[in-house]
Amino acid sequence: MQRAIALVDCNNFYVSCERVFQPKLEGKPVVVLSNNDGCVVSRSQEVKDLGLKMAVPWYQMKDLAKRHGIIAFSSNYSLYADLSNRVMSLLAQFSPNQEVYSIDESFLDLTGIPADHTQYAQQIRETIRRCVGIPVCVGIAPSKTLAKLANHVAKKNARFGSACDFNALNETELNDLLATIAVGEVWGVGRRSVGKLNEMGIQSVLDLKRFSAKRLREKFSVVFERIVAELNGVACLELDDVVSDKQQIICSRSFGALTSLLPDLEQAVIAYASRAAEKLRQQHSLASGIQVYIRTNPHKERAPQYRQAILMPLPEPTDDTRLLCHAALHGLRQIFRAGFAYQKAGVMLTEIIPRSARPRTLFDDVLAQQKSHALMQTLDRINRSMGSGTLKLLGEGTDKTWAMRRENMSKRYTTEWDELMVCPAR
Amino acid sequence: MTSLNHHFASPARHAAHPALLSLTHPNKSMFERQRALLHKAVPAGFPSPADDYVERRLSLDEHLIQHKESTFFMRVAGHSMRELGIFDGDLLVVDRSVPASHGCVVVAVVDGEFTVKQLLYTPRGKVLRAAHPDYPEVTIKPEQDFSIWGVVQWNVHKV
Repeated sequence: MQRAIALVDCNNFYVSCERVFQPKLEGKPVVVLSNNDGCVVSRSQEVKDLGLKMAVPWYQMKDLAKRHGIIAFSSNYSLYADLSNRVMSLLAQFSPNQEVYSIDESFLDLTGIPADHTQYAQQIRETIRRCVGIPVCVGIAPSKTLAKLANHVAKKNARFGSACDFNALNETELNDLLATIAVGEVWGVGRRSVGKLNEMGIQSVLDLKRFSAKRLREKFSVVFERIVAELNGVACLELDDVVSDKQQIICSRSFGALTSLLPDLEQAVIAYASRAAEKLRQQHSLASGIQVYIRTNPHKERAPQYRQAILMPLPEPTDDTRLLCHAALHGLRQIFRAGFAYQKAGVMLTEIIPRSARPRTLFDDVLAQQKSHALMQTLDRINRSMGSGTLKLLGEGTDKTWAMRRENMSKRYTTEWDELMVCPAR
Repeated sequence: MTSLNHHFASPARHAAHPALLSLTHPNKSMFERQRALLHKAVPAGFPSPADDYVERRLSLDEHLIQHKESTFFMRVAGHSMRELGIFDGDLLVVDRSVPASHGCVVVAVVDGEFTVKQLLYTPRGKVLRAAHPDYPEVTIKPEQDFSIWGVVQWNVHKV
């Protein structure tokens, strides 16, 4: 049976989320900025048409924004995460096999679904639009790599009406389409490989599809052989329905304002380590090491620069917030140097193992481990039921002067009672 | 954890947040106050004969939310829907997935602005009707930017 894998991708997801609750933004140029209002991370079609690129620092384009009346929002991740969950849960109803690929993309296996897949895709689009208010594009093909390209075509090529099924095209039609797409658009082809491919005379996706897989494997790696097979309609990548546990957990953020004070950095590091420990417990794992790093602002070239990281090994694998914070603080104090304006700090948990695989030693204090486990479970339960951050280490502080800058954040309409959408009855 | 000591050095800061619990330096007085409660004997007698009948308690979410993915809450501002029992400050349960039929209460978007009204299909076209004598009916003109955002399923009113 012909494989049919669909990739559903939300259009300008963050901007679309903002528009659900502010319909008057429809048709207006809108952008969403990254943490600390740093860079553009989502653009409406109107902004794309102005030629404005992704990941441009916001301060560099304030003039342009003023001229064109671009409306900018700080990222409202609570809202985006909730709307994403709604979209993913609706999509799950369209296929027995779903892989949530990112906050705004999901693969669905449509193989064997007895329907015209193009119509089915339109039904998916209509459902998401009606139920959540988010516009999506659908690409369908016999492999994941081709499904990504089909989605690209659905997005860029108006004649497909935002849903493109490569299986419904004949060989010539498909190849004609692939000839118009640059090779850099292929999933898994990095920016550095594009240069090399171009030198080998490979410009379009069609060129790559027709190239000898063997020669590519010699030049690059086995990954490219797989990409070529996928482009030829042979599915090499299956849908990952199980989310694998993370081997590293990172929690880092830029500060809203620069700081040169150790106490500020200590608060931040405790907050990040606590959050990382919580994530670790969510996946029922333990960590054997914690890395701490701090740095100044590399874009302020004239200011004195400093960056340093340190890995703190732990005496035994743990998920205890107190032990992880303790180690992180020790590390921080070793790398901290006075006289620098710090912009960012972070922690990373390493050597992560499942809790069930904890190595036993002769000197294990089993009672202490049990007490720690019970305490952490209680901590998580309280924070889950009464809101995150209800119970925390006091060292995290209560007046986060270092916290993120979010000047134009919209309301958290779906996750906070006192930020609900207000509907006029007039 | 000596590292945290500087935070405790300032009693003013500590006192300002009595609700905040520290895991490393527990506030002793808090536990002492509750000791009486914690030390009470826990009865361990016969199991309750009702144990086999324990069921999940009723949940209002189940009652009010038919489609969880497409249901949103909104706060009412204004008095124009008074006669249909929707008052200023009430909580609307809005479902985007159900079709808007004649006579139902909807959250509509007219020229980019939200409004809650009763929707009527008439020979003149779509009409938005308020439920208050001071507010006139509005007939939607074809050139107007109009859409139904969702259908109001429930109104939660604090007595």
